[in-house]
Amino acid sequence: MKSGKKIRVLAAKPGLDGHDRGIKVLASALMDAGMEVVYTGLRQTPAQIVEAAVQEDVDVIAMSILSGAHDYHFPKVMALLREKGIDDVLVIGGGIIPDEDIPALKESGIAELFGPGTNTEDVVKYIRENIKR
Amino acid sequence: MVEHEAYSGLEEALEHWSQNVMENLRKRPERKDRFVNTSGIPLKRLYTPLDTKDMKYMKDAGLPGEYPFTRGVQPTMYRGRFWTMRQYAGFATAEESNRRYKFLLDQGQTGLSVAFDLPTQIGYDSDHEMAIGEVGKVGVAIDSLEDMEALFHGIPLDKVSTSMTINAPAAVLLAMYMAVAEKQGVSSEKLRGTIQNDILKEYSSRGTYIFPPQPSMRIITDILSFCAEQVPLWNTISISGYHIREAGSTAVQEVAFTLANGIAYVDAAVKAGLEVDEFGPRLSFFFNAHLDFLEEIAKYRAARRLWAKIMKERFNAKNPKSMMIRFHTQTAGCTLTAQQPKNNIVRVAFQALAAVLGGTQSLHTNSMDEALCLPSEDAVQIALRTQQLIAYESGVTDTVDPFGGSYYLEALTKEIYERAEAYLEKIDGMGGAVQAIEKGFIQREIQESAYRYQREIERGERVVVGLNRFQVEEERPTNLLRVNPAVRTDQVARLETLRSDRDAPAVEKALSKLRTGAEGNENLMPLLLEAVKTYATLGEICSMLREVFGEYRAASTVG
Repeated sequence: MKSGKKIRVLAAKPGLDGHDRGIKVLASALMDAGMEVVYTGLRQTPAQIVEAAVQEDVDVIAMSILSGAHDYHFPKVMALLREKGIDDVLVIGGGIIPDEDIPALKESGIAELFGPGTNTEDVVKYIRENIKR
Repeated sequence: MVEHEAYSGLEEALEHWSQNVMENLRKRPERKDRFVNTSGIPLKRLYTPLDTKDMKYMKDAGLPGEYPFTRGVQPTMYRGRFWTMRQYAGFATAEESNRRYKFLLDQGQTGLSVAFDLPTQIGYDSDHEMAIGEVGKVGVAIDSLEDMEALFHGIPLDKVSTSMTINAPAAVLLAMYMAVAEKQGVSSEKLRGTIQNDILKEYSSRGTYIFPPQPSMRIITDILSFCAEQVPLWNTISISGYHIREAGSTAVQEVAFTLANGIAYVDAAVKAGLEVDEFGPRLSFFFNAHLDFLEEIAKYRAARRLWAKIMKERFNAKNPKSMMIRFHTQTAGCTLTAQQPKNNIVRVAFQALAAVLGGTQSLHTNSMDEALCLPSEDAVQIALRTQQLIAYESGVTDTVDPFGGSYYLEALTKEIYERAEAYLEKIDGMGGAVQAIEKGFIQREIQESAYRYQREIERGERVVVGLNRFQVEEERPTNLLRVNPAVRTDQVARLETLRSDRDAPAVEKALSKLRTGAEGNENLMPLLLEAVKTYATLGEICSMLREVFGEYRAASTVG
């Protein structure tokens, strides 16, 4: 991480899912930990998320889905990032993600997945330790 | 001073007792310095008749079935009949959901509750780009009347009551339900059920909005007015605190924001020229059953009392049925843990017990595996059995409002009532619920409470068994219920066939009549009924209405 610069995070809700309690709580926790957070709001397509990540020049994309559509949206975001040649953004996911889906999601490039009951401090720590730029 | 002779000497004795306790605290301190419930209400060590001495029994509590309905909306409550046991279900295709409904009815469930997938809830057909990845996931995919016919195949609509969790396109789904009934030969006066149809909490808490507030409120008043005449037994709206609470609010906020939305609907309908007693009796409510057992019981009682007063004094309702909160309850999904999921069976049991002691009219008990996936059949069965155990074995159903008169419960009921009323005054000051939502006030209040709750868990001040205390190393369960990804392909193929087989000019004609109606101020319900019968799809109808009404865009603020 570049010294002196605040970590910038895009908090994103891909798809049609309206459960935003988790992502908003996480956004508040990341801000309390000194990070800058941009929240996309609901109903973002993968293309909109990647576009916002580029525009906002973020270091991290944190996505949350509780509707079961992670198997489509998460890998799609990764594919679009690759298409644009972006490989220095840390991408993490959260929500209701069955264990058996995790290997495929990691394979697609999602660095880590955080399920129900996650302590927000663990996410803060994870981001600090794994940020790519 | 308590005037009642029976309490003579209490005040002095209590003072003496308190001094003794305080002295002993130095040796044996209590578990915490301050006891406060989730609404921020400080809790006393002991409640006595002194805490309820200002209570005017007939004004504040009254008798069950009578104003202000604090003790319940029916005179005999569960001595007459139990609440409706109604498990929210639906996934994949209409055929698969139909099988689950028949399973639930065979298991003794007494009403249906339909879960729709997100594209249906947001007015997109399964072949829409925004629907990719979502078809059939959190509920059943309904694209046209054809799917609705399959969903209720072999289920006589004059025999069951059906609750549909549908909001922005509620009018369309109700029209489809009426069309299915017509084909079964069931007249609309016989239909019993509920559409959620509560758009305001979608903006603040749940997220499945389509149109901006103004046209949304118009559609709602169209439904209220149409149903008063044509579908008199239908609950036209289910004003929902459930999702407000799930989004993180406190119990007091749940009552306040729900009733604030209720006031906005009644206001809109009255302004549209409806008589309050025409539609008031068909308004229904939906609350959460969270963890704090006694706070929850008090919450339901406080909500009943407050709504009764609002309808009587603010809206001059004359019919007592307009003043009653009849409500559905669901146990709190947000309290379920993915860790040691069997513990959730116990959580759900006492949440459900609170709902029953609070006088609910119908109940959904969550399944233990819902923090992991869609509920499996086994898990749903235990959840339903939990309700049956409370109904048939616990004994709490044999008398009305059995906790009524508890010093603590009555004091808490009053406290929640007063705090919720104070919120309502604040919201009135902003111009009402619509304005409070547009300003982001309600969203911010909920968000702050959600964050506070999470911090309490993370600091260990709030214990979640199995999560931040009493953890074990465990294998995560496998064989979770999965929705077959082929559902979308099937649904898309079905749409293609439908579009080529139906009478295209009839569809176009019905849609164009609907457009003219939407542009003017004709009641939309008869036009929607006509449109769905031509097999115009939900997506086609909503897309046309999107053109006329525009789409709501939420401000995305955090912090």
